[in-house]
Amino acid sequence: MRSGSTLEKVLKAGAFAVTAELGPPKGADAQVIIDKANILKGHADAVNITDNQTAIARMCSMAAARLVIDQGLEPIMQMTCRDRNRLAIQADILGAAALGVKNLLCLTGDHQSFGNHPQSKGVFDLDSITLINMVKDMRDVPAFQCGEEITMAPELFIGAAANPYADPFPFRAIRLAKKVDAGIDFVQTQIIYNVEKFEEFMAQCRELGVSERCHILAGVAPLKSAGMARYMKKRVAGMDVPDQVVERLSSATDAQDEGIDVCVEVIERVREVEGVAGVHIMAVEWEESIPEIMKRAGLKPGSASL
Amino acid sequence: MIVTKPKPFRKIKQFTDPHENILVVGCNTCTAVCLAGGEKEAEQLAARIRLHRRRQGLGGSVETVTVLRQCEHEFNEEIAEMVEGRDLLLSTACSIGPQALAERYTGVRVAPAMNTNMLGMVKEHHVWSEYCVACGDCGIYKTGGICPIARCAKQLFNGPCGGSQGGRCEISPDVDCVWQQIHDKMVSLGLEDDLKKIMGPKNWSWSNHGGPRTLKKEGFQP
Repeated sequence: MRSGSTLEKVLKAGAFAVTAELGPPKGADAQVIIDKANILKGHADAVNITDNQTAIARMCSMAAARLVIDQGLEPIMQMTCRDRNRLAIQADILGAAALGVKNLLCLTGDHQSFGNHPQSKGVFDLDSITLINMVKDMRDVPAFQCGEEITMAPELFIGAAANPYADPFPFRAIRLAKKVDAGIDFVQTQIIYNVEKFEEFMAQCRELGVSERCHILAGVAPLKSAGMARYMKKRVAGMDVPDQVVERLSSATDAQDEGIDVCVEVIERVREVEGVAGVHIMAVEWEESIPEIMKRAGLKPGSASL
Repeated sequence: MIVTKPKPFRKIKQFTDPHENILVVGCNTCTAVCLAGGEKEAEQLAARIRLHRRRQGLGGSVETVTVLRQCEHEFNEEIAEMVEGRDLLLSTACSIGPQALAERYTGVRVAPAMNTNMLGMVKEHHVWSEYCVACGDCGIYKTGGICPIARCAKQLFNGPCGGSQGGRCEISPDVDCVWQQIHDKMVSLGLEDDLKKIMGPKNWSWSNHGGPRTLKKEGFQP
């Protein structure tokens, strides 16, 4: 066992894992986290705690992760390279581990120009891959990036993100393979609506042996409206929303209900793809939809069967 | 070259209005080549300042002189007589120019007429693109002769992020994704396997993150 987290146990047991997302608030209110955690509890094996998502300043992921632990839910703490250099990242990792965080998702981070502080200085001392490598060495050697010994290793199950829809497409599986080489244990993908392209990506991953060397969780998300579908299709780089999905939402009498149905269908299809070890449900600011999605998909957290 | 862009005139006015005897100092190297602060542009700027001052009823004088390279004292020395009696030197060089003038002419206030944008190359007429951030450790042998530190918004070392789409960067459709270019170049050279290797953390201590740099050529006798 790398960290002995629930997520690790589920994936190593070969059970189908379910992860969700919990975004910290733009304020100091712990109750927001507590409420969201209680909606998600029992419906996910672990929840991602985003780190200044889309470069918008929020409560830090480490504090939110600890609040989630206190509610009896397991966090996957996200860590980006945008806001911290290697000194700060390592310090936060040790602190997070001391507070009981057992899963860490390593990301480069959205560019600061997207967020609410576009005049800020982006750090990018490391990128996601060098970050993964550093965390792996902190856990396994155990040593800091500079080579100095760590007295007590942070035991972490290391994750990353992968986007099958970004360009250049032939390099996407290769880039994920680099993340595996760097030391990840699991990966969560970008939100999937175009299942055919995801299948193609997975075939490449199988060919590179990626799916044998790390657990792949397929990213899904319920669309709340046709407007949201159109926005994601046109404005979010690296998103692939087929026209057919946009049409389904615009012609539906109850768009939210249809959005959940689309999500459930994607879950049912990706479950059948060889090498998919679980799903990551990103219901951003719509955490209440997750129990319904799970119900319609006939899905239970993997930990329920351990 | 060092690419510069004139500051907006409202900024220039703020610098010049409180002064009496102004010398606009052009530079005939990088800033002249990028059509921003050479002899011609320095004279045009001086004319505009004079016109503005006349309209505002501000007296004094605004004159121009241009040196070959403001980043060398040897050339700045030549304008000593022109500097005499001035209370502002407005430099149209990159930021090195006004600093060099401030160093040489210690009793006179200096102001920059330019913003120094980048180390760039001429892409087409009147278009320059950033190609270098002077990181002090050039690694483009491994990336098809293309620099991801200067030309990727996130300074990635290991391939395109999830925001690369259609050859464009996620920050703007006007910005090329440099990792798409690196990928295509390495494929065309038959070197795509090199991109599978992990590039380790960069040593930023050779860049300005290691503190201000001074370079001394070894073995050189003046």
